[in-house]
Amino acid sequence: MSREQMTAVTQKQGQSATLASRRYKKKSGFVESWNRLKTNPGAMFGLIVLIIMVLLMIYSFLFITKDDVMAINSGNRFKPPSAQHPFGTDSMGRDLFKRTIYGTRYSLTVGFFSVAFGFIVGVFFGTIAGYFGGWVEEIIMRVSDVMASIPGMLLGMVIVAVMGPSFLNLLLAIGISNISGFVRMARASVLSVKGSEFVEAARAIGMSEMRIAFSQVLPNSLSPLIVTATARIATSVLAAAGLSFIGFGVPVPLPEWGALISDGRNYLSLAPHLTLFPGIFIMLVTFACSLLGDGLRDALDPKLKQ
Amino acid sequence: MIDESTTNSEVVLEVEDLVVHYELKNETVKAVNGVSFSLTKGRSIGLVGETGAGKTTTALAIMNLVPKPPGVIKSGTIDVCGYKMLELKPKQLEKIRGKEISMIFQDPMTSLNPVIPVGDQIAESVRLHENVSASQAYDRAVEMLELVGIPGERAGEYPHQFSGGMRQRVLIAIALACNPRILIADEPTTALDVTIQAQVLNMINDLKKKFGTALIMITHDLGVVAKMCDDVAVMYAGRIVEKGTLEDVFNDTKHPYTEGLFNSLPDISKKGTDLKPIPGQIADPTRLPEGCAFAPRCRYATDACREKPPTIHQISPTHFVECTAYDDPGFHIEGWQNHG
Amino acid sequence: MGDTILEVRNLKKYFKSPRGMVHAVDGVQFSIERGQTLGVVGESGCGKSTLGRCILRLIEPTEGEVIFEGRDICKLNKRELKELRKDMQIIFQDPFSSLNPRKTVLEIISEPIIFNKLMKGASKAEIENRVLELMDTVGIAERLINSYPHELDGGRRQRIGIARALAMNPKFIVCDEPVSALDVSIQAQILNLLKKLQKEMGLTYMFITHDLAVVHYFSNDIIVMYLGQIVEKAPSEILFNNPLHPYTKALLSAILVPKVGGNKDSIQLRGEVTSPIDPPDECRFAKRCDYRCEACEAGNPPLLEVEPNHFVACHCIKPGENLLKEREGYVSAG
Repeated sequence: MSREQMTAVTQKQGQSATLASRRYKKKSGFVESWNRLKTNPGAMFGLIVLIIMVLLMIYSFLFITKDDVMAINSGNRFKPPSAQHPFGTDSMGRDLFKRTIYGTRYSLTVGFFSVAFGFIVGVFFGTIAGYFGGWVEEIIMRVSDVMASIPGMLLGMVIVAVMGPSFLNLLLAIGISNISGFVRMARASVLSVKGSEFVEAARAIGMSEMRIAFSQVLPNSLSPLIVTATARIATSVLAAAGLSFIGFGVPVPLPEWGALISDGRNYLSLAPHLTLFPGIFIMLVTFACSLLGDGLRDALDPKLKQ
Repeated sequence: MIDESTTNSEVVLEVEDLVVHYELKNETVKAVNGVSFSLTKGRSIGLVGETGAGKTTTALAIMNLVPKPPGVIKSGTIDVCGYKMLELKPKQLEKIRGKEISMIFQDPMTSLNPVIPVGDQIAESVRLHENVSASQAYDRAVEMLELVGIPGERAGEYPHQFSGGMRQRVLIAIALACNPRILIADEPTTALDVTIQAQVLNMINDLKKKFGTALIMITHDLGVVAKMCDDVAVMYAGRIVEKGTLEDVFNDTKHPYTEGLFNSLPDISKKGTDLKPIPGQIADPTRLPEGCAFAPRCRYATDACREKPPTIHQISPTHFVECTAYDDPGFHIEGWQNHG
Repeated sequence: MGDTILEVRNLKKYFKSPRGMVHAVDGVQFSIERGQTLGVVGESGCGKSTLGRCILRLIEPTEGEVIFEGRDICKLNKRELKELRKDMQIIFQDPFSSLNPRKTVLEIISEPIIFNKLMKGASKAEIENRVLELMDTVGIAERLINSYPHELDGGRRQRIGIARALAMNPKFIVCDEPVSALDVSIQAQILNLLKKLQKEMGLTYMFITHDLAVVHYFSNDIIVMYLGQIVEKAPSEILFNNPLHPYTKALLSAILVPKVGGNKDSIQLRGEVTSPIDPPDECRFAKRCDYRCEACEAGNPPLLEVEPNHFVACHCIKPGENLLKEREGYVSAG
């Protein structure tokens, strides 16, 4: 039967009957992973904390104005936590609660987008390095090694010093420092999968190498990368806080958590709540990301089934 | 049920009604479901079956090496040279393993410690069970190497310096170093080339004759059984469906599954006849049916077969088959096509 | 004669390794007629898998010609090669690693069709029907269409691999140990299936295996490989009834027959397989051969037709004269 005849026959058949694929539902890998994740209490705690953080961020967009956060009120300075000011007030009389909640937008966006940036760039180059090898791999890996050898904080400081303090530059700085970790991981992941026979099978039907690398190999290497990405959110948040703490992060009056801790640094005995609350928030986000990352590792890896 | 092949000689192994399950989170794997057989000194029995038949689990149970969670020995007794394996404490078991009964596993690549020279690995086994000095143990190790066909000078070399076939011989040397009464070989040549397989099997046979070791040969390969075994036990879904001497099972095949196995093999002497494979899938040990586990695939199956566990019939003093179809005295299988 | 669909001339594949040049395939030559099966046997390291992949250009041959339906595929450019992929397919040994674990049965089997645009303009339903047709041909139940490989057993996975190979309606399939990883009862099912498909679709197979009983059952002609070279080639009945090369004899004698008393002592080969790295210019089997003589060190023996359709590569066996026969008595005495 020629291919044209084949198409004609199946075209006729295709008109009748519902798709078999609709009749026999796919057991989504996503659903299975989610079910596994649900059974992990630590991961669920982490997920809930992060969801709460995002909700707080949305709340801050809706209900907290920049004014609330910036307006100086000299009569209200260093008030301890009370019903009116749940987290107390700071050296300029500003409500710390509002400032901290407002600060979620910085930390969460830095955390997420800097990791996303590092992930996309890093995984792309890591996949190419791992799959193609040779001098391509050499060049990519050496550049990545150089980037890895520069301490993140230092890199951040240099970028901000050169380009000026702004939120975007902070994002860029931390994003760049995230790249080399992903390059390394993606390459290792790809190396372990690329010799598999299903890759040969894809070649046998005529797929180009580039296509095989991204459509066959990469999806199978994603699990460890997702786990790392989640954990990196924590470190990125910490890095942003650290840079802000030493003044190389967000511009001064903006209430990023690290900056808040920096503000409170001089008044530790007088008003410990100034350092305490932002510190707790940083700790919660970091902790939540780590737990979620660990849980994802177990949930996404079907080999750990038994 | 008197098995006459054993009444006149020393019985070294007696397994009775062994049941071993693996209890997992969501399901239970019924690996072994009532296995009984015995082994006499110097004889060899082949445990034949496919994936999921329960052969390896049986072997592990005999050594009491079934991983305890999730493995559970639900019932049964195992008697090795008078020792009740399932009742002994770990310390006592350690004395018996390697000394009275030894086992070699399927993959020679991963069974040897890569950072210890082979001579030392053999000597270690000797030192564990016999009261000899280090140098005496090493001498014995060199002796064993020579016995398995490896020059003694190579005792100081590491496993990666040997080929697959030679590594398997080293494993045999370790297993036989203390002259055990029973050797269990779990698919010892499956990972080896055909010509190497021939060498290794010949060697096992020679050593068996020399030391009078009884052998349990676990395999899926009926050719290996024909070469190596005096008795055969065919396993399916954790039970022995047919048991007897080599002649009983090969020349007077009774069970439909055994018949199916022979029909699945291409016969070199007859080209072109189509193979008659057993239809369907191998029984799922987590979902075994009420009646005979082979019934869904059996062309002789009747309702009685599906409803109750199969009846055990004794064909001759040495030959047993578990098959409800033989309740009908006129029944017999068609006989395997490739016979002759 | 028949219609030659594939002709391989002087095919070589060398790999560079830190210790030297590995001669994986070293000057292989044969042809296959349409609709026939060529069996390729040998033990590990003989190069049979590499040969299979070179023929499909999944591995680039170092030298030689692979002429498929009159065209040398080694000379085709990327686009032409992609066209050719539809005609030449492969079935792999390991049903566990040859399927992408993240794709469903439907996706795996439809991928070649969709990727190569074999059903241009077809709707989703039409493609799916084609997949169902293929599944039915190889014997996979319809309800498994959305299952993932890890949910299925080895036999079913291998059937998926076969369906995938058939999806492009090929003319020639390389079967690389397609049943070695399967249980005996499932092996027989798959072998029957492959035979049926060959009859119905006029397929030509190159059947690579180490299992001599299977290759005898399945092949019309057989080539025996050792260290990258063909040592003997003959129709399967002739090879099994009258093996000439000492290696073939040893191989055949090592077959364990499932019959009581059917296994006489096998010919024991001496030593181990020699290294395929930078092999010396002599008969590569000489060091292990019971019949060797000085002539055996004089270069690589060529593959000669010593009887009609029966080729052997041995210095001591030439058309019309078989020096090994004289030495046979000498060998069994010693």
